[in-house]
Amino acid sequence: MNLYARRRFANYTSLTLSMIAMAFGLFWLFWIMYTLFLHGSAGLFSLATYTQSTPAPGSQGGLANAIVGSLEMTFFAVLMGTPVGILAGTYLAEFGQKGWLGNSTRFINDILLSAPSIVIGLFIFEVYVAQVGHFSGWAGSCALAILVVPVVVRTTENMLLLVPTAMREAAYALGTPKWKMVMFVTLKAAKSGVATGILLAIARILGETAPLLFTALNNQFYSDMNSPMANLPVVIFQFAMSPYEDWHRLAWAGALMIALFVLGMNVLARVMLRQPKQH
Amino acid sequence: MSDLNQRMKTQRLQDAIFVNSTRFFAFFVLALLAAIIASLIYGAWPAIEKFGFGFLGNSSWNPVTDEFGAWSSIRGTLISSGIALLIAVPVSFGIAIFLTELSPVWLRRPLGIMIELLAGVPSIIYGMWGLFVFAPYFADNIQPKMTEWTAGIPVIGDWFAGPPMGIGMFLASLILAIMIIPYITSVMRDVFEIVPALLKESAYGLGATTWEVVWNVVVPFTKTGIIGGIMLGLGRALGETMAVTFVIGNSMNEMLTLFDPATTISATLANEFTEAHGELYTASLIELGLLLFVITFLVLVLSKLLLMRLNRNEGAHS
Repeated sequence: MNLYARRRFANYTSLTLSMIAMAFGLFWLFWIMYTLFLHGSAGLFSLATYTQSTPAPGSQGGLANAIVGSLEMTFFAVLMGTPVGILAGTYLAEFGQKGWLGNSTRFINDILLSAPSIVIGLFIFEVYVAQVGHFSGWAGSCALAILVVPVVVRTTENMLLLVPTAMREAAYALGTPKWKMVMFVTLKAAKSGVATGILLAIARILGETAPLLFTALNNQFYSDMNSPMANLPVVIFQFAMSPYEDWHRLAWAGALMIALFVLGMNVLARVMLRQPKQH
Repeated sequence: MSDLNQRMKTQRLQDAIFVNSTRFFAFFVLALLAAIIASLIYGAWPAIEKFGFGFLGNSSWNPVTDEFGAWSSIRGTLISSGIALLIAVPVSFGIAIFLTELSPVWLRRPLGIMIELLAGVPSIIYGMWGLFVFAPYFADNIQPKMTEWTAGIPVIGDWFAGPPMGIGMFLASLILAIMIIPYITSVMRDVFEIVPALLKESAYGLGATTWEVVWNVVVPFTKTGIIGGIMLGLGRALGETMAVTFVIGNSMNEMLTLFDPATTISATLANEFTEAHGELYTASLIELGLLLFVITFLVLVLSKLLLMRLNRNEGAHS
């Protein structure tokens, strides 16, 4: 009886602790989201945030140039990173499942996926910014593109592997060349999965600050891709670290904006990922 | 006939071009890693040449006299990641157990997604929230109590002494812990799910409690995977930049208690790199980046190898 009671007690204790752990995890998510809405919603719903450029201390302004800069850099980063990622992922899934190149690329890709993003910023600084001699939007885009690649490689490979081999064999039996088989059969079958990967990559780079600090830097005005460029994360960083109330308010608005965007995309990507599994 | 030959020839050519271009980009990913390491070594060379191995152990960091040492930053990185792991591992373990064994099936997906969203929150937001909301609360309500509770205990009491300022090493570690919980949880959930139902059912059939099944069946079966997940979390914690930069206090001084401000490699880089003047200063910062990359690289390789070993074993069992 004593043993029985002790075992029951151990069971209840540990299961309660595991429930507390769950609550502990969720607690932070709710606290952070609550804080963001509390401080950021005023700025998020004000028109000036979207129409005016980042202000000098003490004057009124918005985040328009930072939003445009972020979108521009993200767009070009995805444009550069996605084809590389899809092609490399295709190689891993279709042609290089065995062999040294496939295996080592798969291994290194997983490491790049978790590599510290600030080091990627240093890398682009070394090979691009230091060579041309000035910070620029292009440099920021390149740094973000390097973060896009591993995410896309990973999802493309996984999604292509879900495509049944019978479809490949059917295509080959009709005499289809490899490139047509990949483009019109397997990649086509996996396209929602690959799109999810791109979405996840966008969600990842939208909030990235560290790689932009040494590449795109910041700018108080609108600028072209070849000069230092304003972007939301770095603006948030600088405004939050400043002593000015107005700047803090804008930083909170920007933070809420990014959080809603990124979390929304994460949820969307998971909903999209769920569909192919149901077949 | 010649027409067909011609077409076959073009098709073969197109195929060769396509396959080789995908191969080229697979190789490109490998080359990227090599290029990152090579460029960092090249950029750090002046500092490597000047300071040699002494760079690692030297804790002075003085841009005015051009004397640089990495120890303060390395120490901060290691301590903050270590404390973060101590907090995050038990919590992640609890969450993974809850999600795989306890939770009603219909709740698993939404709760799992919510935990994963913790990983989606950009790190700069953790930083802002930490600095403006959590740090003041921590200083007013939690820090004094921690000091009070641990006051009598030798050694540990000294760690939690000092004025409650909010920002500092401990707060940074706590926020790091929250940030890596989703990564560790996600790996633990995945490996818990590969435990064959047969094994668990046998244990339940013998009258084992849920906890006994978890501790005596699930954990031994998946321990390589669990360690792999922990290493992955460690890799994330080591390189985390923005959240830490906001809340760690950025001080190169000697750290006497865990509540003191400190710095990490990534925080030093984020704070000083754009303002660094002179070849040696920049090179020293790049060498810090190189060290960070090497440390995370080794940790992540270890994590990957452990997880791969688990997958092979799984194949052998089934």
